[in-house]
Amino acid sequence: MSDMQDYKSSLSDTSSRKFETFSYLPAMDAKQIRKQIEYIVSKGWNPGIEHTEPENARSHYWYMWKLPLFGETDVDAILAEVENCHKAHPKNHIRLLGFDNFAQSAGAAMVIYRGKTV
Amino acid sequence: MAKKYDAGVKEYRETYWMPEYTPKDTDILACFKVTPQPGVPREEVAAAVAAESSTGTWTTVWTDLLTDLDYYKGRAYAIEDVPGDDTCFYAFVAYPIDLFEEGSVVNVMTSLVGNVFGFKALRALRLEDIRFPVAYVMTCNGPPQGIQVERDLLNKYGRPLLGCTIKPKLGLSAKNYGRACYEGLRGGLDFTKDDENVNSQPFMRWRHRFDFVMEAIEKAEKETGERKGHYLNVTAPTSDEMMKRAEYAKEIGAPIIMHDYITGGWSANTQLAQWCQDNGMLLHIHRAMHAVLDRNPHHGIHFRVLTKILRLSGGDHLHSGTVVGKLEGDREATLGWIDIMRDQYIKEDRSRGIFFDQDWGAMPGVLPVASGGIHVWHMPALVSIFGDDSVLQFGGGTLGHPWGNAAGAAANRVAVEACVEARNEGREIEKEGKDILTNAAKSSPELKMAMETWKEIKFEFDTVDKLDVSHK
Repeated sequence: MSDMQDYKSSLSDTSSRKFETFSYLPAMDAKQIRKQIEYIVSKGWNPGIEHTEPENARSHYWYMWKLPLFGETDVDAILAEVENCHKAHPKNHIRLLGFDNFAQSAGAAMVIYRGKTV
Repeated sequence: MAKKYDAGVKEYRETYWMPEYTPKDTDILACFKVTPQPGVPREEVAAAVAAESSTGTWTTVWTDLLTDLDYYKGRAYAIEDVPGDDTCFYAFVAYPIDLFEEGSVVNVMTSLVGNVFGFKALRALRLEDIRFPVAYVMTCNGPPQGIQVERDLLNKYGRPLLGCTIKPKLGLSAKNYGRACYEGLRGGLDFTKDDENVNSQPFMRWRHRFDFVMEAIEKAEKETGERKGHYLNVTAPTSDEMMKRAEYAKEIGAPIIMHDYITGGWSANTQLAQWCQDNGMLLHIHRAMHAVLDRNPHHGIHFRVLTKILRLSGGDHLHSGTVVGKLEGDREATLGWIDIMRDQYIKEDRSRGIFFDQDWGAMPGVLPVASGGIHVWHMPALVSIFGDDSVLQFGGGTLGHPWGNAAGAAANRVAVEACVEARNEGREIEKEGKDILTNAAKSSPELKMAMETWKEIKFEFDTVDKLDVSHK
């Protein structure tokens, strides 16, 4: 039993909160994030940025940052817009989506900045 | 000119063998694999199958002359060799659409796999595929929500969903059962699942199960901040009882319920699916008894047909086999019926066992569920085979983790996310699977432990039901 690890997660420990896809992996570095954005672009999906106060993260509707970046294929431009959103809302969670208009769904979604979870 | 009544037995082929017939876009088409009794000509047997699955009976009757039998009859319009097997042949039959009640897979199947399967002139008969014309498809209700709505409801994008069937299959109390669900959900699963034979037994009545499981879902959602569900099995002895359980699941706020569509029956399933659509409920479909029908290569109903039946009758998830786990499933054939579940238009492709083009019109797709004998080492292959639009379900592969369900769930969640990340980066995940998992395990002791526990397990029996490609 001594080798057995307890699974650390609880209501009172806010680090237990997760953020869907990729949130069980260590935070990605800049290079890894670039590759995921390249994937969104390669699929022909439209990048979109959304943000929320941590206490409202459960809502389906996070705030849209401007409009989705329709037709944007420049990874640097997409990253710059993520940065702009982060600067304007430094305490908020920020996620990047790839909207697949044929499936009428997001083909990709990942939280890039995390505020202080509640 | 009017016909005269001529009593007696006629050869079927005089009426039902029509090699010159060109099927209409609105016809329902069927492909049967026919194993005749020795000495009976192929055309006669094919015609007999067409007759016995449509308007015909063994002898001419005077009332035949009161209708337009030439319009209503099924037509055997083609015969083909089965590659690599001289004991049987394929017979293609076209049925006019007005032979069947709208929106009723029950009615279609009562004709197509009814009396004809016991017909003495046949040694064996297998329904390989059906082409449902889009005109018929649009009379059916189909999946209650569909893949895209499910993703939106549950906020799950860009990866396969993760599930786990609670074990032991039978005998847990409702409270202990809810505990097993809670542990799996808080560890990172999207769903837990009732086993198919969990209905409402004396050791755990359905209502207690529903209440305890709902508390598990709610707490796990608060704890992780993610949306969760449990397939509450509403399969019941009567459809009234089934509906009662479904209503209660809705009352307590459950997002998804479950039904066994073959043992429970297609009539009940269609009713439940329509109710789910009206009530915003997701519907998970299990397929107990399918192997009785679909495993024998010469007799029964192929699973690709049962897949089409379910998509028409209605369900948001359907078990598809895993290709890599403990249960039967040839890879190409499985890829074929996965397409049938999810895609809008599927082209004829004999290399995948698909005999007809199938147009689903506007009908939503069904998520294939890979379940049975799979664990973290299978993850790269599963992500590669199934892609994002699937549910990967690890029962023993979650609950059997040496540190318990939460750790088992976390191991699978880390593994699936690592595989998706690598795939998106353009890596060949089946080939590099070991590296990907080993690297992910560096930051996940749960995954590392899971990889050590299951390393040696393999299932390498050959499949019994292979595709009919030349394997002489």
